Amino acid sequence: MSATTGYNFGYLDEDTKRMIRRALLKAVAIPGHQVPFGSREMPLPYGWGTGGIQVTASVIGPADRLKVIDQGADDTTNAVSIRRFFARVAGVETTERTAEASIIQTRHRIPETPLREGQILVYQVPMPEPLFRLEPRVAETKRMHALADYGLMHVKLYEDIARHGHVAISYNYPVMVNGRYLMSPSPIPAFDNPKMHRNPALQLFGAGREKRIYAVPPYTEVRSLDFEDHPFEPVRARAGCALCGSRESYLDEVVTDDAGGRIFVCSDTDYCQSRQARQEAAE
Amino acid sequence: MAYVAVKGGERAIEAAHAWLAEARRGEPAVPELGVDQVEEQLGLAVDRVMAEGACYDRGLAALAIKQARGDLIEAAFLLRAYRTTLPRFVAGAPLDTGAMRIRRRISATYKDLPGGQVLGPTFDYTHRLLDFALAAEGEAPPPPPEAPAEAERMPRVTGILAQEGLMQPEARGEAPAEAEPPDLTREPLAFPAARPLRLQSLARGDEGFLLALGYSTQRGYGNAHPFVGEIRMGEVAVEITPPELGFPIEIGEVTLTECQMVNQFAGSKTEPPQFTRGYGLTFGHAERKAMAMALVDRALRARELGEEATAPAESEEFVLYHCDNVEATGFVEHLKLPHYVDFQSELEKIRQLRATALREAAE
Repeated sequence: MSATTGYNFGYLDEDTKRMIRRALLKAVAIPGHQVPFGSREMPLPYGWGTGGIQVTASVIGPADRLKVIDQGADDTTNAVSIRRFFARVAGVETTERTAEASIIQTRHRIPETPLREGQILVYQVPMPEPLFRLEPRVAETKRMHALADYGLMHVKLYEDIARHGHVAISYNYPVMVNGRYLMSPSPIPAFDNPKMHRNPALQLFGAGREKRIYAVPPYTEVRSLDFEDHPFEPVRARAGCALCGSRESYLDEVVTDDAGGRIFVCSDTDYCQSRQARQEAAE
Repeated sequence: MAYVAVKGGERAIEAAHAWLAEARRGEPAVPELGVDQVEEQLGLAVDRVMAEGACYDRGLAALAIKQARGDLIEAAFLLRAYRTTLPRFVAGAPLDTGAMRIRRRISATYKDLPGGQVLGPTFDYTHRLLDFALAAEGEAPPPPPEAPAEAERMPRVTGILAQEGLMQPEARGEAPAEAEPPDLTREPLAFPAARPLRLQSLARGDEGFLLALGYSTQRGYGNAHPFVGEIRMGEVAVEITPPELGFPIEIGEVTLTECQMVNQFAGSKTEPPQFTRGYGLTFGHAERKAMAMALVDRALRARELGEEATAPAESEEFVLYHCDNVEATGFVEHLKLPHYVDFQSELEKIRQLRATALREAAE
């Protein structure tokens, strides 16, 4: 118990952390499978990352260095708020550098800088069930997962292609994990999906309101659903970053005036700033 | 750069919090609202926050209401976020609402009955005319007339019906009576949900949502023929059995509102026609919530009773997944968090789809 905050290290009590760690272990043992857990009410609202916060709170230790991003950026309001929360209730060191972080909690992005072994990427997940738009009944989707009955999703992709010529999913694009479980990658842009495949870092997913945890262990196969004649295609704006010039990173579109003017900038602020710093140093 | 301003940051959050604190306090020349004033004079708001916050503590609920500027869902959320950090020592013994110290007890099914009709502090027969005298700071109202309390124990109306065999007895379930009840604050909902779990979820559920769902069963979305068998409100003793003692001790009392709806049931292959129960129970004085809960509880029993279950109020996944207002408000309101990464990919996708569509149209 920390005297300054009146709360246990990492906010959650140790019994709750143990319960969450058990769910995490099960999730790691069955990649892509959603494990129900006794999600707690957190002092931040549902939808603000309560699942990710509980996962982070359960795996974080005093020696960890935490990075929090939202939309790829460290300075978005919600990322600031969650980073301050952990600085307050765990007193851990925080960082904005992807390479220096041992735990990265994220909403909607995977960092551009490749992750390495030993790092943990914690995703905030709003709807853990990849099939929920096709089948809202949880009892039914549970059965479909048990039987690996994913025909419904394949038909949806097929219908998109028949109607539009493309799969009309641009984010939260469903993936097949370890050849067994269909999984929601959380609402990351489809552009980020390939980064999940055989990633050396441990990827943990927390859905607080829906009370589910799932995981992708290091070096696990993660395939975006597609067809042989219509392979998966990640989408990004066809432009370069106006700040660092990157043509590889995922870009945010920034409207600059009301006459159609717009520029594109990296969504990953750490990646962009590191590139700018390197360019300045080279000059 | 324009976009930096959009992304806000630490200083913006601090400024917003300072502004919020100022807005909460309002005009400094007006005396500050005391938590005790909220507790004493906005008692029904306190009751609602305790019920939806799932924590029986009038003082903390009043503080939450003050802190939330009177936003009762925000207040319930504050209380829940506090309650979740508390250790759970033991499950209490089942409350004996039959032994309630009654402040209000009415039945709509019998004109008179043992124990009588006790109106208690109710709005029911007031004329809803604004009382301008209240706007001026008045004196305390004169004390209400007093009558000696009824010494006799007030039997439950559903018990009277049960004596005649007209009331379906409650299934004891598979768990032994001394088993700990399910606790959805510790275990996630799982379906099909047993009735104790459903009732627990409804007891924490949003009053407005349950009201609308209950109302819908009366308007044909569901097969409801309800009568208010009984509503009772008053104080009930809470008992626990500490493991080291091995016998029950009373640790205090809580104010509760209980509603038992009596519903017609045409019978099935295995059961004769009889009345079935819809049950509502809430912290504090919360009659509307208790009644709505009883209607929805009965609607959710449709499948178990072999009735057709097609209405929204009869779908347990629909009702239980959506009745929690702290969950609901979180997910609805999270839409105001930034979504520009996803929106960007939607922009690119829709441009791509449009280009394909326009090209095909030109061909």
